Amino acid sequence: MQLEYFQMIDRVVEIDVDARRIRAVCSVPQQSTIFAGHFPTYPLMPGVLLIECMAQTTGWLVSVLGGFAAMPFLVGVKDAKFRSPVFPGNVLEFEGHVQHEGSGYAVGQCTGRHDGKVVCEAHVTYRIMPYPTPQFRQVLLDWAEQIDIAVKEFAK
Amino acid sequence: MSSTFDKVADIIAETCDIPRESIKPESHAINDLEIDSLDFLDIAFAIDKTFGIKLPLEQWTQEVNDGKATTDQYFVLKNLSEQIDKLVAAKGA
Repeated sequence: MQLEYFQMIDRVVEIDVDARRIRAVCSVPQQSTIFAGHFPTYPLMPGVLLIECMAQTTGWLVSVLGGFAAMPFLVGVKDAKFRSPVFPGNVLEFEGHVQHEGSGYAVGQCTGRHDGKVVCEAHVTYRIMPYPTPQFRQVLLDWAEQIDIAVKEFAK
Repeated sequence: MSSTFDKVADIIAETCDIPRESIKPESHAINDLEIDSLDFLDIAFAIDKTFGIKLPLEQWTQEVNDGKATTDQYFVLKNLSEQIDKLVAAKGA
């Protein structure tokens, strides 16, 4: 996890296309400039970044289900809950689920856990749009490979 | 059994916090009810779930952008309800 670069996911450990489910692992770094402000003397993973973790996890699944033919842009977050504080060094597991693939949009849910205990959850909505440029699509494909998504298997 | 329009109107009222009595068959979702495209995604999700269909929003948007259709054809609620009925019928065919 590189918070400053919004690279929240270290690796995807499971994708079940039939069940429309994904699991990803994210290690919160011990050091980050984020923690200088959030908070001085008491570093705490910001809730907004946990939302980003959930959005990216389920977003990758939306990309996979669509064969990386288009980009899911986060457009809505509902019922976000942060049940436990998350600290530097915590290893988180996120489990995302796509509930519905509509025409040009997708709706999903994601839950984050630490040591098996739920720390956050949210419903997420994406608008699915063409990639702004072919280069951007390639960047995302490269990024997907870096986090262990089998791009060659899923990309159309 | 409530009509398709009644179900759609109930969905819009609940999703967008619009008084149910102000939602008429002649209401245009965008022009009259001032529902924006983002809120319409929530409505589409609820309609898809309720009727077990997939509203072809991308196709409709393309047709409107290409001048092959007007927004009235898809976003006046009585017309939207007719479109839903057609999709439901096609699913069962």
